[in-house]
Amino acid sequence: MPGSDKETDLTERIEAFLSDLKRGGSGTGPLRGSAETARETTALLRRITAQARWSSAGDLMEIIRKEGRRMTAAQPSETTVGNMIRRVLKIIREEYARSRGSSEETDQQESLHKLLTSGGLSEENFRQHFAALKANVIEAINELLTELEGTTDNIAMQALEHIHSNEVIMTIGRSRTVEAFLKDAARKRKFHVIVAECAPFCQGHEMATSLSKAGIETTVITDAAIFAVMSRVNKVIIGTQTVLANGGLRAVNGTHTLALAAKHHSTPLIVCAPMFKLSPQVRREYTINNSNNHFVSSGEILSKVNVHCPVFDYVPPELITLFISNIGGHAPSYIYRLMSELYHPEDHEL
Amino acid sequence: MADSGVTDGSLKKDEIERSKSEGRELTKEEKQRLRKEKKQQKKNKEKKDDNASQESEKEKKSVSSSSSAPQPPTQPATQKAPSAVPAPAPAVVPASETPAPVEKPAKSKAELKAERRARQEAERASKQGKKGETGQQAATGKPKAPPSELQPVVKRLPEHIQVDNPDVLKKLAKKLERQQIPLRLDYGYKVSLFSHLHQYSRKAPLTQQLSIPSSVIHPAIVRLGLQYSQGIVAGSNARSVALLHAFKQVIRDYTTPPNEELSRDLVNKLKPYISFLNQCRPLSASMGNAIKYIKKEISNIPSQCKEEEAKGKLLNCIECYINEKIILAAKAIAKYAIEKISDGDVILVYGCSSLVNHILCEAFEKNRKFRVIVVDSRPRLEGREALRRLVQRGISCTYVLISAVSYILPEVSKVFLGAHALLANGYVMSRVGTSQIALVAKAFNVPVLVCCETYKFCERVQTDSFVSNELDDPDDLIVTRKGKTQLEDWQQVPLLGLLNLVYDVTPPDFVDLVITDLGMIPCTSVPVVLRVKNVDL
Repeated sequence: MPGSDKETDLTERIEAFLSDLKRGGSGTGPLRGSAETARETTALLRRITAQARWSSAGDLMEIIRKEGRRMTAAQPSETTVGNMIRRVLKIIREEYARSRGSSEETDQQESLHKLLTSGGLSEENFRQHFAALKANVIEAINELLTELEGTTDNIAMQALEHIHSNEVIMTIGRSRTVEAFLKDAARKRKFHVIVAECAPFCQGHEMATSLSKAGIETTVITDAAIFAVMSRVNKVIIGTQTVLANGGLRAVNGTHTLALAAKHHSTPLIVCAPMFKLSPQVRREYTINNSNNHFVSSGEILSKVNVHCPVFDYVPPELITLFISNIGGHAPSYIYRLMSELYHPEDHEL
Repeated sequence: MADSGVTDGSLKKDEIERSKSEGRELTKEEKQRLRKEKKQQKKNKEKKDDNASQESEKEKKSVSSSSSAPQPPTQPATQKAPSAVPAPAPAVVPASETPAPVEKPAKSKAELKAERRARQEAERASKQGKKGETGQQAATGKPKAPPSELQPVVKRLPEHIQVDNPDVLKKLAKKLERQQIPLRLDYGYKVSLFSHLHQYSRKAPLTQQLSIPSSVIHPAIVRLGLQYSQGIVAGSNARSVALLHAFKQVIRDYTTPPNEELSRDLVNKLKPYISFLNQCRPLSASMGNAIKYIKKEISNIPSQCKEEEAKGKLLNCIECYINEKIILAAKAIAKYAIEKISDGDVILVYGCSSLVNHILCEAFEKNRKFRVIVVDSRPRLEGREALRRLVQRGISCTYVLISAVSYILPEVSKVFLGAHALLANGYVMSRVGTSQIALVAKAFNVPVLVCCETYKFCERVQTDSFVSNELDDPDDLIVTRKGKTQLEDWQQVPLLGLLNLVYDVTPPDFVDLVITDLGMIPCTSVPVVLRVKNVDL
């Protein structure tokens, strides 16, 4: 029967996606950028919307939430998955509200009255069936996909506004967004880039070779030399894994030190982060297990020593000067507002 | 005074002509006399006796400073390279001088030469007159002005931070040629911010360019130079001790040639060795101070002392220096530092500092309960050595890389750092990454204690890590991760540079306390200690 075929096909795809996520986190699978993950998640959600059995918006949201919980459990550190799910849930709510005819503005207002009288649409309201809902939701998800595809370009287009000639720019590790950003600026301006290699994985090396091949004068430094050379740096431009709700970052290991050094020298710290990285989560610790000891090789003392290899750093919002996203530039203090536009408060906990 | 010189000179001139025709290498003395002659003939009209006594005092300083071997930037005015011409002439007079800092009055070169010449004549005359009073001469020759006088300071830059100046390089090449030491060539593309520094490759040690057996350089020194350039002997204390041991060997094997005084000739013998070691790896501040001390001791040997006795005395001096300044100092510092370690402490250390390791081991023996976090950084990964030593003693340790410092710092109660040198403006010069750790510790309000012996204090001032530093082999940064070596052919990529810094400077506001063998002082008291030390000398 075509129905059950579709369903099995759907479940297969979901399972494949989940196992991909699990493998990606443990380092054995192919490494994906977060943009790719976001795109795949959104595509999968579109497929769920199209192929799963649901009759009302509430059902659909329930299905998506269930799958979403499984996906985030598969790889907790990959926050873009959760972000996309929340975006789609918000889309569903909006389309539902539009179909019902109520204006969107009333939903948006966070008046004190609304907060006190337990604001927001309650679950029961999603039980009505609308024929056009499916098509509308899928269309909106398509728009979201287009937006996702254009994020890197949108950010890179803003490069010339922020980089002038003969600047010395510092960055850490490897970020595809920052790479595109700098390459775009290099087409018109001449500047110098210093890349901190970000041990132990040394992704900075790849970034440096890529930038130098694009015609940018690049220098690779060790993590230990970050403070030493900071006095000659004009700007620090970094990417991040996640932007937290308070405007802080969860970024690659070593970014906090970089941010402190930049603060000490009053060097602006610019974060290039597309909107899909914005997450309503709070700060959490992520560490690789001691089994990943490829940087400690001497055997006999290994058993007596604790080795720590954290993957991410938390950077507080006071150290950040500017966020550049696909919708423009913002101060860290504005991030909470952006978040309320992207996600519904009830979806913060999936 | 000049007349006696002229008559003297003419006699010697014939000798020189004779030796030239015989093709024998001119002895040092003959070369000097020749140059002196030329200068005398050129500058007959200049004033000679103008303020002879006061200027001669200053002259002696500049003379002694220019005659001492290339020293680390701690003694910038003592560099020979920028003034190859006037250098040999003053070499006659170093015996009575104490090579020490550092003042050179801003006068014209001609006047300086004239006064120097006059001074030499006076010296020689007085020397013949009062043989038994070399001690007094040393005292009068003491270049350190009384502390109340403020000397005009016009220092000469050391050669090793002027690599982008072709004149300086040429002078260095000439000097090395004269001393028969090969010149080491720079390697690889240098980052533009550091074009004023040397950058050598470890795969091309200087010893490859030497002929074996080398007659100019003592084999112990050749071995030492190789150990330095390959990183086998690393760390401030280790390098100084190795240097002093090598010098002891040199002194044991030394015999005074006829018609020479041990006090003058030995110092001259040491100069090419020091140039060679400098080429192998730039001298550290501690090594510079040790060399100064040895030269002073050598020049203080009275001329009537017999050779065996003199050598014994020198060996004894070196032993004492090592014992006092390094071994006993470490004990004193450990005593003070252990007061600062309490039970339940979590102590963070960076890299491998022999002094800090010693302190931790001593504290552990005294049954203090603490655990240690060792922070390490690429490419040297010295922390592993420290880790090994501490774990062997039974101290419980944790190991992280420097990028994880902000992750681990909330657990830490104290940070102990070692130093390579303490500069006169209170900055701490240490392994690259130290300033970063101090910065993050400050942000988390964790006290930072620096442990440093007083013999590492130097009079240089520096505010950033660019003006004077050491560039290590850039190939060290190349690494293979997940089967790919990204930077393998970095030399082929035109715009790519690798930077491997060795040192950085930590501002004094990050450091809470400096523990020295004189006690626990704040960072800003370093010039006070220097002053006290120099008055004692």
